[in-house]
Amino acid sequence: MAVSETRPPVRETRPPADANRPPVRVSAPRRALRLLRRHLVTIAGLGTLGYLILPNIVVLVFSFNKPNGRFNYQWQRFSTDAWSDPCGVADLCGSLGLSLQIAVWATLGATALGTMIAFALARYRFRARSSVNTLIFLPMAMPEVVMAASLATLFLNMGIQFGFWTILIAHIMFCLSFVVTAVKARVMSMDPRLEQAAQDLYASPVQTFLRVTLPIAAPGIAAGALLSFALSFDDFIITNFNAGSTVTFPMFVWGSAQRGTPVQINVIGTAMFLIAVLCVVVGQLAGKRRKRS
Amino acid sequence: MSTTEAPAPAPEEAAPLPVRRPPARKRLVPYWLLLPGILWLVVFFAAPLVYQASTSLQTGSLEDGFKVTWHFATYWDAFGTYWPQFVRSVLYAATATVLCLLLGYPLAYLIAFKAGRWRNLVMILVIAPFFTSFLIRTLAWKTILADGGAVVGLLNSLHVLDVTSWLGLTEGHRVLATPLAVVCGLTYNFLPFMVLPLYTSLERIDPRLHEAAGDLYARPATTFRRVTFPLSMPGVVAGTLLTFIPAAGDYINAELLGSTDQKMIGNVIQSQFLRVLDYPTAAALSFILMAAILAMVTVYIRKSGTEDLV
Repeated sequence: MAVSETRPPVRETRPPADANRPPVRVSAPRRALRLLRRHLVTIAGLGTLGYLILPNIVVLVFSFNKPNGRFNYQWQRFSTDAWSDPCGVADLCGSLGLSLQIAVWATLGATALGTMIAFALARYRFRARSSVNTLIFLPMAMPEVVMAASLATLFLNMGIQFGFWTILIAHIMFCLSFVVTAVKARVMSMDPRLEQAAQDLYASPVQTFLRVTLPIAAPGIAAGALLSFALSFDDFIITNFNAGSTVTFPMFVWGSAQRGTPVQINVIGTAMFLIAVLCVVVGQLAGKRRKRS
Repeated sequence: MSTTEAPAPAPEEAAPLPVRRPPARKRLVPYWLLLPGILWLVVFFAAPLVYQASTSLQTGSLEDGFKVTWHFATYWDAFGTYWPQFVRSVLYAATATVLCLLLGYPLAYLIAFKAGRWRNLVMILVIAPFFTSFLIRTLAWKTILADGGAVVGLLNSLHVLDVTSWLGLTEGHRVLATPLAVVCGLTYNFLPFMVLPLYTSLERIDPRLHEAAGDLYARPATTFRRVTFPLSMPGVVAGTLLTFIPAAGDYINAELLGSTDQKMIGNVIQSQFLRVLDYPTAAALSFILMAAILAMVTVYIRKSGTEDLV
């Protein structure tokens, strides 16, 4: 952080114009063209950003729609019916609750197991290190369908009933690698002398871990946990294979794409988007205030 | 605790920095840390793959049960029947990956070097769409690309659709239920996975390198080609992998935005497994997909010379 602040600002690399040359009047279209060329990257970047945001805007606008048929694809007229009754569709809020529940447990499970692996990998030399690394990497390098189908095959062969537990098992499985990667990066970049200093000051290993190691690793653990939550909550492919007749929120949306999309789906999608933005903004402001004081 | 309990090095150790073997209890610590997580991955990730390998070699029916008969012909039959879907998956995923790179690079560059105090806001705008379920957002593309909608109207009046249908990307004067719609959906869905690693590697580049290149009379284009782009290679490799792998196995975009002519291999595996209940074929197909992707990824990582990425 400090390094980037002390860097001098980027200078204009263009050679200075000849002072003796008389100023040339440039025609308006040419000026526009020049402006376009100079800011080409910015314009292209903003265009991509628009491409990323556009569906969210459509979801927001169509959450105020009052469609004629069962499908909410065409704009009819403005209405706030769906916003005043977000749970008005059968099973919608139930599936949302189930998804949140699974996401919380999957996050806790994957974060605990993943953090332990990350510490083992970052701190210790042991045999089978490279096989462990491969085993962590493979789930991230494999298409979800493959993992989903093979895990479902296992459950089928073992005669295990599909439902809440099979979904949870699957979610912890695919979130684990992401937690390991996030936490490992953080622990590896940590200065080992900090822990030695704590021990020199007569801190017990437990105290050193709780008061030095854990606080430093915390941002990595938090990042891993957030990623797990988002991945688990939004997972469709693996859940589709391992859910049986249990309906999570993405499963509900998938089903509704065939039966008819209620406007309430858009309400919930928009609400989650707004809540997330709000959380980030509040977090940023809090961070700024802490830095100032 | 080891340092405080041993006040002086033992006399028989002559080395200036005595290295003592830690006690057995301590040597086992990493294994205890690894045990639960690795066990989880072995039981629920590695073992299922083995199970699936055996399933792909079984024959039988749902009523009589399946038995391992080393029936390798399942692989030939599956590939023989569904090779168009395989080819389509690779083509769509590759196109989407290239489009993601072309669209994502300017955005990552913008965030890393040009956004200034807007950087956090742009970052939020890249990540926040994630919080609306991607299925809902993919359904929104149905509205955006709908027949008679503004986008199709614009593309029609600019005669873009004539060009794309000549190229075989669209059919008639519509976008939905064509390859273009599926590729557009894939590109959209995996774009953040391209932008974030690109941004991470671009952000590490010291801006003074750009100035140095400028001082040495490199034009902006040359600076980009010789300095910026090579330094961002780790991000390019990570981003293309994170885009291509999930895109090749995806079946949501083809199902929601395409028609039966745009089915990808993921659609086939899904319907064989969940509707037809032909488990050996589904297992064989996902094995071929896995092998193909692992082979492509390995070659790609070797070629791009970033093996230390993993």
